[in-house]
Amino acid sequence: MARSFSVRAQPGFTTVALICFFLLYLPIATLVVYAFNAGTSIAIWEGFSLRWFHQAWNNSQVIDASIRSVQIATAAAILATICATMAALATTRTRAYRGLTAKYAFINAPLMVPEIVTAVALLIVFSRVKIATGYSGLGYLILAHTAFCIPFAYLPIRARLEAMDLSLETAAADLYATRWQAFRRVTLPLLWPGILAGLMLAFVISLDDVVITEFVKSGGQDTLPTYMLGQLRRVVTPEMNAISTVFLAISILIVTVFFFISRKRDV
Amino acid sequence: MPSAAGCDDNQRSRQKERDVFSGVIVPEKPDRNAIEVRGVSKRFGIGENAFKALDNVSVTIRENEFFTLLGPSGCGKTTLLRLIAGFDFPTEGQIMLHGQDIAPLPPFKRPVNTVFQSYALFPHMTVGQNIGFGLEMLGKPKAEVKARVDQMLRLVRMEALKDRRTSQISGGQQQRVALARALAPSPKVLLLDEPLSALDYKLRKEMQSELKRLQTETGITFIFVTHDQEEALTMSDRIAVMSAGKILQVGAPWEIYDRPADRFVADFIGETNFLPGTLGAIENGRTTVTLSSGAMLPATLAEGYVPNGPATIVVRPEHARAIREGGDLRGQVENIVYFGTDTHIHVRLDDRNLFTVRQQNSRSRDCGFVVGDAVGVAIAPDGAQVLKD
Ligand SMILES: Nc1ncnc2c1ncn2[C@@H]1O[C@H](COP(=O)(O)OP(=O)(O)OP(=O)(O)O)[C@@H](O)[C@H]1O
Ligand SMILES: [Mg+2]
Repeated sequence: MARSFSVRAQPGFTTVALICFFLLYLPIATLVVYAFNAGTSIAIWEGFSLRWFHQAWNNSQVIDASIRSVQIATAAAILATICATMAALATTRTRAYRGLTAKYAFINAPLMVPEIVTAVALLIVFSRVKIATGYSGLGYLILAHTAFCIPFAYLPIRARLEAMDLSLETAAADLYATRWQAFRRVTLPLLWPGILAGLMLAFVISLDDVVITEFVKSGGQDTLPTYMLGQLRRVVTPEMNAISTVFLAISILIVTVFFFISRKRDV
Repeated sequence: MPSAAGCDDNQRSRQKERDVFSGVIVPEKPDRNAIEVRGVSKRFGIGENAFKALDNVSVTIRENEFFTLLGPSGCGKTTLLRLIAGFDFPTEGQIMLHGQDIAPLPPFKRPVNTVFQSYALFPHMTVGQNIGFGLEMLGKPKAEVKARVDQMLRLVRMEALKDRRTSQISGGQQQRVALARALAPSPKVLLLDEPLSALDYKLRKEMQSELKRLQTETGITFIFVTHDQEEALTMSDRIAVMSAGKILQVGAPWEIYDRPADRFVADFIGETNFLPGTLGAIENGRTTVTLSSGAMLPATLAEGYVPNGPATIVVRPEHARAIREGGDLRGQVENIVYFGTDTHIHVRLDDRNLFTVRQQNSRSRDCGFVVGDAVGVAIAPDGAQVLKD
């Protein structure tokens, strides 16, 4: 392989790669560093301290928004993954037929439709429903998040299904497994890494959402991102950095845990 | 699972059958039919694009038989197996299992198991779990499953690897697990779709005798698919030769080889020389053919042959000899190929056709010819046949 073509051997590759790394990670690194600033500025270093983490921890609004974020993300990710698994099974475990491509497009539409359009549309529909039913709980946000999370959960699950040897399910049927048993004993265990990946992706996407949440939420339903957005309009203290840092740490943790699970599951 | 006594009976009846075979008399078969395929067609696609993968196929497979489907790639072998297993449905026709139409049965209700070409072992299960899967699905008690799995592991000589993942064993071992998994629920019929094609030559030879042993020991009807004619000839009780969705001939290996029904079968099984010629008077399925050289040969006619115009005469390489003087045909040695047990001499005949002669080797002399020698070809009496095109 040493003599074969490699992009790494192209002139300037290393330089470009380094610049990209800096552009990506320097701002994040700065953000993390200033979360530990002792002063009140996010630009002037005044020594090391954990005071902003403390402050965030004791800020009931932050805790409140975080809990809500996790609630919504958990519910939406689970619902979206269930829908996505069924959609992936329906679109891969069938012969190609006219209209299948349209179906793919339909499932993946939320990826293409500008988020702001979805947000406005949901705002209009949900406000009507709110008036009609009088219900104004977290349900709307969960529903909205589920909708835009489905394609993110769908993609890894479908990829996994398509890579799976169809003859395994045929073999299960041959060995007296009913359709349900074949699914439970063969398809599902082999699909599990894909489902976990979909679940995690959906969770992170939901956790991260601002636009749709901002439009759909009722009063007092701030999630962590919309809360932070609101705070940024006022005074910016390293508290934002501290919250972001914890957010980042949790994300990295999820990804790492997922990585190890999927590697162990991958036979 | 048949008892030991049942096995013996079975073996004895097969032995009898073989004795009769060696006398070249088609015997009365007392056996019952395992599978009956009646007028089955399978079309893929609809309208203009429809493709006939199977075209009015009828064949009967007897109980306890090692039956082989032999044919070139794409002739419909896998399609026929899939119809029998229930993974697909015939467009026309019926498939009977022990006299009963199995059309209404889904695959998981058919007492038929498959060894897949790709093995299709479950990668998330151990060897033991793979083998036990069928029995578990049938709802057998745990102890029984375990006992049967151990028995199957012994049968395929894999006891030591019970707890291995299927990704951690070799190709030949995977093949055995696939076999054990399919045999464990004691199916009435075992379907094997080119199970040996992924193995190297030596392992394939080993597995061939292993398969034969398993079939005799279990007494299960095997329907074996291959495109390897040698494999088909050495292993089968009977062979069906297929081409382009049709069954051309069904018969014992010797029948297929010595009495091919048509030109395709003769060409596909073993090596064959084709010569142009004219037929003389036909009497009792025999005739005299005149070759382009003017030589006259006695020849047998294939069953159902209707003479019309010039005919093709078929001669196997081992039914001809290369000689210095005379012979039925004359030509020049074009090439000599050494095969260990025998030597093939390719002769360019005077009419420009190529003719292959196979000569047994002996240690004391070489084949006696060199490239460029003038040579005569003597065809053995009874060596020539006239076949349908
Ligand atoms: N699902 C399908 N749709 C359309 N055509 C098909 C389908 N399955 C098989 N065929 C066609 O039917 C023919 C027979 O296929 P089949 O798989 O039975 O061949 P085969 O004899 O098993 O060949 P091989 O030795 O290569 O495995 C082929 O020409 C194939 O292209
Ligand atoms: Mg095939």
